[in-house]
Amino acid sequence: MSLEEGGYAIFLGLLAFACLFIAGKAYDQALAFHAVIGAIMAGAGVYLIVKTYLDNGGATAPEEINGKPNYNFGPVKFATIAAMFWGIAGFLIGVIIASQLAYPALNFDLPWTTFGRLRPLHTSAVIFAFGGNVLLASSFYIVQRTCRARMPGRITPWFVVLGYNAFIVIAGTGYLLGVTQGKEYAEPEWYADLWLTIVWVVYLLAFLATIWKRKEPHIYVANWFFLAFIVTIAMLHLVNNATVPVSVFGVKSYIVWSGVQDAMVQWWYGHNAVGFFLTAGFLAIMYYFVPKKAERPVYSYRLSIVHFWALIFLYIWAGPHHLHYTALPEWASTLGMTFSIMLWMPSWGGMINGLMTLSGAWDKLRTDPVLRMMVVSVAFYGMSTFEGPLMSVKAVNSLSHYTDWTIGHVHSGALGWVAYISFGAIYCLVPWLWNRKNLYSLKLVDWHFWVSTIGIVLYISAMWVAGIMQGLMWRAYTELGFLEYSFIETVEAMHPYYLIRALGGVLFLLGALVMAYNLYMTIRYGEAEEPAGGVALAPAE
Amino acid sequence: MDYQALAAFAQQGGTVYFFLLFCAVIVYACWPRNKAKFDDAARIPFRED
Repeated sequence: MSLEEGGYAIFLGLLAFACLFIAGKAYDQALAFHAVIGAIMAGAGVYLIVKTYLDNGGATAPEEINGKPNYNFGPVKFATIAAMFWGIAGFLIGVIIASQLAYPALNFDLPWTTFGRLRPLHTSAVIFAFGGNVLLASSFYIVQRTCRARMPGRITPWFVVLGYNAFIVIAGTGYLLGVTQGKEYAEPEWYADLWLTIVWVVYLLAFLATIWKRKEPHIYVANWFFLAFIVTIAMLHLVNNATVPVSVFGVKSYIVWSGVQDAMVQWWYGHNAVGFFLTAGFLAIMYYFVPKKAERPVYSYRLSIVHFWALIFLYIWAGPHHLHYTALPEWASTLGMTFSIMLWMPSWGGMINGLMTLSGAWDKLRTDPVLRMMVVSVAFYGMSTFEGPLMSVKAVNSLSHYTDWTIGHVHSGALGWVAYISFGAIYCLVPWLWNRKNLYSLKLVDWHFWVSTIGIVLYISAMWVAGIMQGLMWRAYTELGFLEYSFIETVEAMHPYYLIRALGGVLFLLGALVMAYNLYMTIRYGEAEEPAGGVALAPAE
Repeated sequence: MDYQALAAFAQQGGTVYFFLLFCAVIVYACWPRNKAKFDDAARIPFRED
């Protein structure tokens, strides 16, 4: 047994015992439940390591087969399927909570299904479970292909992918049980955070080690974006989760930051989760899959370098725009606004670089619905990164903040940009990973595209109208200086838009179900690709 | 060194440092001799297909 296998087996074995110990001593049921799940998963990890070792007799996979790198695609396949599963779960919960907003009785008066618990379940499921698995799959795929090297380690890539999904299970079940730090997008409690830290450091090392082994002298730009994503998320996660647990036998912890500093750290984290998780990581996907699918290199490699550094330098400062007109000092607020405005440049630089990659190949949009999906995603990226800086301007923010305009903005980015580029990447990856000639049905991709595009348009336009109306109603005064509307009147006014939004969500979910069927049929019944480099039939001479 | 001095140094020094670093990136990206290297790098996704 190698040092790697033995090390992981011992670590997971000790972890399983520690979990059992904590489960026995825990004074709240949620932690006992999570500790038992942790013990089972760690124990399963030990079992799998030992079983594969015994089955393979200790043989390691070759680095190359017939002079070509023997890429490790097992974990990539797992993450791809996990992304699709979590995506559908997350979209479904989104539809449920959108319906709850229109009809509050749909929370059934149960603690586990209240909006307050399902909402973080939705956001984490779509961002971290769906988006995170897409990023794991595509980063492990792209880094191996563009470095022309097999990922090192037998257990490490699996540890990252399975460990990350274990974190998702712990975080998600925690929300339903009411376990939360109350920090937006950083809800998981201290023990889940610690586990994610371990997984993330291993992810960084696995990624770096693949780059270290590369046969290609230049590090392709997509890998730069992935690296920025991994490193920055590690930094954000550590600072925003600097908590002290009350006891190792309870779920509750307290953050070391206090007052407005805590708020600033939270939105420094929150905005850069958008900038580095939902932007840098998915831009890496754009820089690989759009050129691949358009069959031509990126429009300007120079622009991609400037795009990368400009994005990295500017994004990290934009967080304070979430805290306009609060206890935050005025200068910090203005700083955040200024950097947000400057972000127009790299955002649009990147969008132009993605779109112009198609110059001379625009006809492909007619015949290739997967490429069309990715191009529309880049267009949505341009649109929502135009809207974001606009909303960060204090005068606009005084109207838009705390209204559903924000929700509309977030979803034009999340559904239009992140989900569409992810769908595009998955539609590319599945035939490539499972050696299929093509997808089962391009017609179904077409259906997916149109159904969910209509869904997105319904969603965001309903939220724009509802949000601006809400903001205007909140600030309307009568002649005598009294507020014109009570709060409940603004809620009533939004009811029809909430229905339209829920309908938009249903359409988006339907599209994803069509996609899942299409992928299943591709994997199960798709026509196998001729093995590359195999004996081709030569015509008789 | 008191807080004010340290903050001024970090803020102004940081601004100048990042600005110069970014200028260096632009010069590197636009340097004519690097063009061939970047054109070659842009083709990395198509190798070995």
